[in-house]
Amino acid sequence: MKYTIAALVENKPGVLARVASLFRRRGYNIDSLSVGRTERDDISRITIVVEGNEKVVEQVTKQLNKLVEVIKVSDVSEHSVERELCLVKVSVQPEKRGEIVELSNIFRARIVDVSRDSFIIEVTGDEEKIEAFISLMRQYGIKELARTGKVAMVRGSK
Amino acid sequence: MRAANAFVKALESEGVEVIFGVPGGAIIEVYDALYDSNIKHLTTRHEQGAVHAADGFARASGKVGVAMATSGPGATNTVTGITTAYMDSSSIVVFTGQVPTQMIGNDAFQEADITGITMPVTKHNFLVTDVKKLLKTVKEAFYIASTGRPGPVLVDLPKDITIADIDYSYPKKVDLIGYKPKYEGHPKQIKRAAELIMKAERPLILAGGGVIISNASKELVELAEAIPAFVVTTLMGKGSIPETHPLCLGFVGMHGSKYANYAVTECDLLIAVGCRFSDRTTGKLSGFAPYAKIIHIDIDPAEIGKNVDVDIPIVGDAKRVLAKLKKYVQYKKRKEWDDKVNYWRKRYPLKYKKDGFKPQFVIERACEVIPDAIVTTEVGQNQMWAAQYFKVKHPRQFITSGGLGTMGFGFPAAIGAQVACPDRIVIDIAGDGSFMMNIQELATCVFYNIPVKVLVLNNGYLGMVRQWQQLFYRERYSATCIGCEGTSFEKIAEGFGAVGMTVERPSEVEEALREAAKTEMPVVIDFRVDYLANVFPMVPPGANLNEIIDEED
Repeated sequence: MKYTIAALVENKPGVLARVASLFRRRGYNIDSLSVGRTERDDISRITIVVEGNEKVVEQVTKQLNKLVEVIKVSDVSEHSVERELCLVKVSVQPEKRGEIVELSNIFRARIVDVSRDSFIIEVTGDEEKIEAFISLMRQYGIKELARTGKVAMVRGSK
Repeated sequence: MRAANAFVKALESEGVEVIFGVPGGAIIEVYDALYDSNIKHLTTRHEQGAVHAADGFARASGKVGVAMATSGPGATNTVTGITTAYMDSSSIVVFTGQVPTQMIGNDAFQEADITGITMPVTKHNFLVTDVKKLLKTVKEAFYIASTGRPGPVLVDLPKDITIADIDYSYPKKVDLIGYKPKYEGHPKQIKRAAELIMKAERPLILAGGGVIISNASKELVELAEAIPAFVVTTLMGKGSIPETHPLCLGFVGMHGSKYANYAVTECDLLIAVGCRFSDRTTGKLSGFAPYAKIIHIDIDPAEIGKNVDVDIPIVGDAKRVLAKLKKYVQYKKRKEWDDKVNYWRKRYPLKYKKDGFKPQFVIERACEVIPDAIVTTEVGQNQMWAAQYFKVKHPRQFITSGGLGTMGFGFPAAIGAQVACPDRIVIDIAGDGSFMMNIQELATCVFYNIPVKVLVLNNGYLGMVRQWQQLFYRERYSATCIGCEGTSFEKIAEGFGAVGMTVERPSEVEEALREAAKTEMPVVIDFRVDYLANVFPMVPPGANLNEIIDEED
């Protein structure tokens, strides 16, 4: 099973290396990872998707908490809003142009670059939606694809 | 003030009395500042020796040990020492020189990314890139190393930082938002633990190194007597309860006594304190304490549930939690269990074949002749025999590399322990293989007259590996013969300016030990022991604790 863990960390050089080193050393598998600043400049948020069972996640959480520069770790796998962003460069034959635009609209994806024989399409959503969109685009020929890691936030005021 | 001087002043404020280290180009400014300081600096002959010595100093004294090395090879030589301290939760701070900040990353002369290298083996480490943060970093390093679950902290000091000019103001407090160790233990959990204890018919305490680190021996013994419960220790917990105490069953695990291993297997409640359930302690996990509910008291939440599932976790400092726990328990005699354990104790004592010159005999005699000595060990057979036959009475009396199992640890650690406790006799129980791994520190001992006694159980083999080859690899002795019968440790000692002796017969052992004990110089005794002696009893790798075998089994 996949779990999503959010860690608030001090925004200092080397913190990401520490987190990554911990995962490597303890043999945990990182499925995806994203890092960025929070509402405070001195604190970053690392969102990690880890593959494993409850025991693994408990250990990951505890070991992360032990790092001096990690401030807070929470499991955000449930009751949360999860988003990824994906850029896809798709080959476009003139006769398929309309079809691709239509599909993009259905997914609320945006065409952010247009050239004679390709589009760059930006799509955001949870993993499932992005997977679905990518698989639909495959038939037209994907030239390039870039995905961010997942970010997540628990719903409600908590 | 030159930053190097401010730095040394900061060390003085931290109460540092002694530094073990080796100078070099990148750290030369700090050494220049040390020249005017009251802090004693002992130059070891290898940086690994310096870190082990700082570690031995920390373990013997309960204070923070300090080691220092230059950049590059000096720094990389500290890695084994740091990892040893990390695995055994020993509080040391290691300062390394580094090339100037503007050269970092350019593969400068003697540059090594020591903070990168030591990231997984330190509790925390720092690269100081802003001189304004230098003193704050020193404060934090000592604080992190010595609080919570202790561990090694490394601070990397680029040369330009040590030359810079700063005002001296040493912070009084630290404020680390992500680091808040918990000491007290949850009151509800403690009460629940006490209830379990009262219900138990066959309670047993498993005391680990955390009891010693937390100075909780008194509380441990008081709790054991209050229940009453027998106590087994881990290798690291040896000394947490006097081994002469009627409730103490000695250490448990791969080479623990049969009765200690049986007690763990048969108990219905295991109260584990300050231990991490290492594989050498538990044997096969599925067969570990199969009838027991487990209470686990540890300051590190990540240790709870890591290897063994527990019924009642208590996160807190051993000393405080044990004291609180004692208040809730009442004395209850459990005759059946007492009788059973005492029967095992009588039926399965530690024993060895007495023919020839046995290494166990040397340790038994040492335990009689110098019972209050601080004992450090190397790693392998010597370590296990020392653990089995040297009955220690005090915490911090037995110092060994339990987690990493570092051959070459014992001798420099003995130097550190001797510096911490100048009035005690300090012995290193060594094998010929291990002693060779840091033998150069004899020069340090002689130069500073540190009168450590090294008892070399010389069997000419890397004995523990040889034992495994004999038992599990059809006597194919691949690469384990190192032929030290051709090496004269007596002459080596004399060559360094120490006292050397050779002992070839059991009848000479006691006198040699007495002679060594009263010699106020470093002494090396080469005991030419039976090379076929093995460590028994033994839990074969991958077996349950109660599948422990004796020599004749």
